[in-house]
Amino acid sequence: MKGPHIDWEALSPLVAVMGGAIVVLMAGLLRSRFVRESLVPFLTIVTLGAFAGLSIWQWDANVDLVSAALRVDAFAMYLNLLFAVAGIAAVLLSWRALAPRESAHGEYYSLLLFSVGGMAVLVGAQNTVTLFLGFELLSIPLYVLCATEMRRATSLESGLKYLVIGSVGSATLVYGLAMLYGATGSTDFSGMAAALSAEGDLPSDSLLLGGVAMVLVGLAFKASVAPFHQWTPDVYEGAPTPITTFMAVATKAAAFGVLLRMMDVALLPVADDWGAVLGALAIVSIVVGNVGALGQSSMKRLLAWSSVAQAGYLLAGVVVATRLGVRATLFYLAVYLVMNLAAFAVVLARERETSLGDHVDALAGLGWSRPWLAWPLTIAMLSLAGIPATGGFIGKVSLIEAAVEGGWTWLAIAIVLGSAASLAYYLRVLAVMWMRPGVETSSPVPALAGGSSELDPAEGPDPGPSDETAPPRRTRGHFEVTLVAVVAALATLAAGVYPDPLFDLVRDAGDSFRGLL
Amino acid sequence: MTIHLSIVLWLPAVAGVLALAARRFAGWVTLAGSLLAFAYSVVLLIDFNASSGSLQYVTDEAWIEQLGIHYKLGVDGLNLALIVLTTFGFTACTLWAALERDVARTPQFFFWMGLAHSAVLGALFAQDLILFVLFFDLMLVPFFFLTLIWGPTPRPDRVRAILKLFIYTLVGSLLMLAGAIATGVLSLPNEATTFVLSDLERIAMDEGSQRWIFLCFAAAFLVKMPAFPVHGWMPDGYRNMPLPVLAVFSAVLSKVAAYGFLRVVMPLFPDAAAEFQMLALLIALASILYGSAMAFTTTETRLILGYSSVAQLGFITLGVFALDDAGDGAQGAILQSVNHGLVVLPAFFIVGLLAARAGSEDLRDMGGVAFRAPVLAGLFLIVALATLAMPGSANFVGEFMILFGVFDVKIVIAIVAFTGVVLASVYMLRMFIRSMHDRVGPSVDSRDIRVRDGLVLVPLVAAILFLALYPQLPLEKGEQTIPSRVQSARQVLAGEEIAVDPREAAAEAAEAEEEAERAREGEGREP
Repeated sequence: MKGPHIDWEALSPLVAVMGGAIVVLMAGLLRSRFVRESLVPFLTIVTLGAFAGLSIWQWDANVDLVSAALRVDAFAMYLNLLFAVAGIAAVLLSWRALAPRESAHGEYYSLLLFSVGGMAVLVGAQNTVTLFLGFELLSIPLYVLCATEMRRATSLESGLKYLVIGSVGSATLVYGLAMLYGATGSTDFSGMAAALSAEGDLPSDSLLLGGVAMVLVGLAFKASVAPFHQWTPDVYEGAPTPITTFMAVATKAAAFGVLLRMMDVALLPVADDWGAVLGALAIVSIVVGNVGALGQSSMKRLLAWSSVAQAGYLLAGVVVATRLGVRATLFYLAVYLVMNLAAFAVVLARERETSLGDHVDALAGLGWSRPWLAWPLTIAMLSLAGIPATGGFIGKVSLIEAAVEGGWTWLAIAIVLGSAASLAYYLRVLAVMWMRPGVETSSPVPALAGGSSELDPAEGPDPGPSDETAPPRRTRGHFEVTLVAVVAALATLAAGVYPDPLFDLVRDAGDSFRGLL
Repeated sequence: MTIHLSIVLWLPAVAGVLALAARRFAGWVTLAGSLLAFAYSVVLLIDFNASSGSLQYVTDEAWIEQLGIHYKLGVDGLNLALIVLTTFGFTACTLWAALERDVARTPQFFFWMGLAHSAVLGALFAQDLILFVLFFDLMLVPFFFLTLIWGPTPRPDRVRAILKLFIYTLVGSLLMLAGAIATGVLSLPNEATTFVLSDLERIAMDEGSQRWIFLCFAAAFLVKMPAFPVHGWMPDGYRNMPLPVLAVFSAVLSKVAAYGFLRVVMPLFPDAAAEFQMLALLIALASILYGSAMAFTTTETRLILGYSSVAQLGFITLGVFALDDAGDGAQGAILQSVNHGLVVLPAFFIVGLLAARAGSEDLRDMGGVAFRAPVLAGLFLIVALATLAMPGSANFVGEFMILFGVFDVKIVIAIVAFTGVVLASVYMLRMFIRSMHDRVGPSVDSRDIRVRDGLVLVPLVAAILFLALYPQLPLEKGEQTIPSRVQSARQVLAGEEIAVDPREAAAEAAEAEEEAERAREGEGREP
């Protein structure tokens, strides 16, 4: 008896994460408090660690699986690593959060893992069917996760909104994929590319163009590219913060991963058709995101709008359809991941410590009372704004270089002007944080506050009549949240000062696309 | 390959980081770092081989290989004097701050000072275009925090003012970033992308690209200076910075912009520079007249100095764009950059002293301070006379060389610019007379300077006197390099073909560089 050959080795990351999801779900059924509150998150982290480790192991595999429906190459493995990091951070941030408690722990973490699995399928997809499968597997758990704080209306609203709008996106995508199939007669990415590069008037076929447009729209929904971003601020604001964090960084990476694969492999021969459209979307995104973020007083909304703008920058790397562009996008995705992790972790920490939620006032005087939170957020904001010595700067340099080299100089100019405008809101956050408390009342500078890099809340609460805005509810900060913030901030700095190792990974990943210049 | 420049470059930043841990002694730790950097730069100045026009003490490592960005540092006659000015200015201002009770106990202040010091030095040392832009942008970050946290004005105003300053200057800088990347990618299309300046100088880009890239760079530099139509951030920025920070900001940062024109713009975009010469000269002229006029109408002492900086930077721009045959204008511009830095530092310190005596920084509240403060009056007089370019001061030499260069080329502009020299004496003497003499102000308490004030002020004034006696020092060190920076732009202007094949010239320069390096190593001299 001989079954079909299955390449278990190459399949192992996917098996690990899916198997882990089921184990976590089962373990969550146990009644013991210890198991539910500590073992389940721990198992989730182990699963994600195994997922990351196996992805590294399969880095050079370069094989097609399941009759060429999935591909295991450096590109997919690189993105897997990003998902794993985002997942681990999300688990750490969720550990003592409300959301898992309300949704029986097991389900919560298991859904998170299924979503990661969906992302892994999505970025490895080699045909439209797997693509859609991954797309839905990533989305459906997230719809549920957004609504896990069941007693809070905004969380439910967020989940519902995401479900409705996400479904519209999925529907558009699947319709577009069908039209592409109709035009090219193939569901394979390579088959599509072959059909498109053959002689004929296929590139100007209206069925094909319609398909391309609808696929773009569907993916743009997921990547929150303007003008398909309207759900982003509401969903980000309403969802539990750990889930927002995960959504912001991992979903973005997955959406851009599949966008790159779709555009730079399947639709590469018709790059002239979609290049200008995508370029225009990038500009719209940059403008809309940056304008929307101005004047936001909710940090989660601010970061949501900023993520729209950042999606615009990232698109520049897709538009150019060169190897340099792929590398720049992948590099920026990694930087985007760490800087947003740092920012969201701090927002979460303040949500728990004050009663102001994610309002920007919750950050007032943070620089002087909680340096271990203030510095990571400072670095994150500077990096998001693209200030030198942070990963954001190098990321923008590589995106601009890719854009100029690909002949899209005006896109490069749009990126820099967008960054300049974005300073207005990123720096305002810094101003709130670092403004010395009590200047008007001429109280002396707090003795500890000298910015000394020491986190010791035991040394007493803020001296002086400083924090007029933040109520005196000073619980001890949650250790794991600070850890995520600090590690992510250090990674952001490292990417800005010594980016070579990351560039090496990115080059490997970018080389998976053989058709590019 | 030497490590010397990296040491000078990072010393202040390391000291700044250590200051965070040093708590009470933060000021002194940072001061030690700055002082060491200053001493090191003086040794570089003495050791520098003035007869060679090439880069010395070069450090060149591939930093980000995939983007073609190098960590290349070097010193030549163009940046040498400014480097010494930078380390000197930061040392003085760090000492000043360390003596101020207001900030002395806040380690973070000194952390940012150290970082700012390193960033400015980095911009001056950088021989790679992206590295230059990186440090040029990075310079602003410390000043953002220094102003935000320790600025003297009340809270809401300060945030608005600093956002204005920051966005204003960063729009220019970010445009410059796009321009810089485009320069690297477009100028050597058949080779791997590189941003090393000496490689980029080999080939002139096509004129169309030169034009828009020139404008990007000019926007960054003119805003930073600031020049007349884009100086909008200046009054707000100046009002909101703590004085020691403002002194170093005004003395050093604006010079990096003038330096950028000579380091990057003139050699890389000669066609565009020649084309826009008239525009630049007119902007410079407008800055001189506008700055001078504003300086003698305002009564805020900070802004008098601020507007006088606008005028002085106008002179410097004039020199940069004179493009005369001998390169006098450019040399004068660098000399004048040093001069202006040296007079502004003590001038802001004196503003602080005056404010302490009169209770306000407004000229109307001052008067009669000289009554019981002869030493202060004497030192202030020296500073004031140097600022208005009294014959005998180095400022006179600088302005003279600039005007000399412009006379050669555009006589009308030189004549109009000359009125700026006259106006300078009007506003400086007005400031001196109305604060030191005149009717005694309402709450003026005339007393002389204390020893700790003298500790800062006397070396600053001594530096002015020293340069007045030896203005040749920066000139001699620069005469091999500076004129050659504007050479190709001048040739374009004169309609000459660029005489030597640029590739050959570059190869020669590289050889000379290596040779100088070898000779240096052979001698075994350690700076």
